[in-house]
Amino acid sequence: MNNVVEASGLRVVRGKKEVLHGLDFSIRAGEVTGLLGPSGCGKTTLMRALVGVQAKVTGSLTVLGLPAGSAALRPRIGYVTQAASVYDDLTVAENLRFFTRVLGAPMSSVSEAIETVDLVDHKDQVVRDLSGGQRSRVGLAAALLGSPDLLVLDEPTVGLDPVLREQLWGTFRDLAAAGAAVIVSSHVMDEADRCDRLLLMRDGAFLADGSPAEIKQKASADDIEHAFLTLVRGTAR
Amino acid sequence: MSLRRTLAVAGRVLAQIRRDHRTLVMLVVLPTLLMTLLWWMYEESPVPIFDRIGPALLAIFPFIVMFLVTSVTTLRERSSGTLERLLAMPLGKGDFLLGYALAFGLLAAVQSGVAVGVSVGLLGLEISGSVALLVVVAIVDAVLGTALGLLVSAFATTEFQAVQFMPAIVVPQILLCGLLVPRESLPTVLEAISDVLPLSYAVDAMTHLVTSTDTGEVWTDLAVVAGFVVAGLALGSATLRRRTP
Repeated sequence: MNNVVEASGLRVVRGKKEVLHGLDFSIRAGEVTGLLGPSGCGKTTLMRALVGVQAKVTGSLTVLGLPAGSAALRPRIGYVTQAASVYDDLTVAENLRFFTRVLGAPMSSVSEAIETVDLVDHKDQVVRDLSGGQRSRVGLAAALLGSPDLLVLDEPTVGLDPVLREQLWGTFRDLAAAGAAVIVSSHVMDEADRCDRLLLMRDGAFLADGSPAEIKQKASADDIEHAFLTLVRGTAR
Repeated sequence: MSLRRTLAVAGRVLAQIRRDHRTLVMLVVLPTLLMTLLWWMYEESPVPIFDRIGPALLAIFPFIVMFLVTSVTTLRERSSGTLERLLAMPLGKGDFLLGYALAFGLLAAVQSGVAVGVSVGLLGLEISGSVALLVVVAIVDAVLGTALGLLVSAFATTEFQAVQFMPAIVVPQILLCGLLVPRESLPTVLEAISDVLPLSYAVDAMTHLVTSTDTGEVWTDLAVVAGFVVAGLALGSATLRRRTP
């Protein structure tokens, strides 16, 4: 399988503090990679580095064969931040049409993205009038426009109804099956089993890297939450 | 940079304003109402003060309004995360800034057209030069406000700060632009300062238009203001960073 992201010795400094301490990892096409760890462990910084919006990144980081942040990558990466990052005073469809124009993607991607995130009934509603979960789905829809090769999703399922969460994970799986590399961050360990591969993270370093089954086996734990605890105790010792 | 993306940004900004009816109404009628108030204040004055300061205010009002609207809108774009999303997309910084300048320039054209039309047509502002050129000068002044607003929004991290840039950046220019004291009567140091402030040239252009039919000096002043617009947009583009800490 081909690596969409390859990193070695990836370090990021924010302010005077180093927040990512020399990470080595790769992310493959056709897989959903989960980036799991507690709040503040560096998940967002890592994702921002992949997208190319993080300053003070050192080490080697390539995306689709190009240095992260290259202009040629911008149309090929879909990025969802924790803030919905859409215009509150425009309708769902107006937001997506605008981003589609910026991307230069076909206008048909607007209705496709709206269907994928299940907002067909709300497409002409102003984003300000939507619920929090619906707003974040607009942000997700914006990231799906133009079928990107790498999807970087920062906690996309927080605060969503379980039925919808299930549905969105289905969408992530479909996107991966269609050949995209999908990286999803979460601080909720129970989402771990939905991923093909996990990067468990704590304090800017990886605790484990492997499939959920491998990690559980390595830590001789029944679930990822316990595996995480075992691994943390293991490194502390 | 691409025309399609610039127009997309401009169209989106206009769509946002169109939905905000109160802002739209205020943008269009506020300068006109203020001009009317000014005319009324001096209605019984024996000396034609309205004719003396009216032109300066036709330059100043669109400048102030556009400065404020732009600095707050851009700050909102930064804080809501939409700017980060756009800069992670294939959008040139120039597309972003020119899109804004274009949208607000169009609004300024409407705003200034109404203000000039009412001032000249109804309030009897006497103009020796061309009315059309007066509108052009007013639009360029408004775009100057947009350019400076975009620039200062980079230095503001909160709305409170953004609004305070108005007394910091705009008021000194109003004091020194020749409205209160003719620029040549200012103390030497202040006159030198006023010589490097863009609003001085904006007001000079307006005053020339009103007092003389010779448009040579108007074009020179207009060129200076346009130079400040370009410099403001260029500096503003330098403050838009794709990579942030």
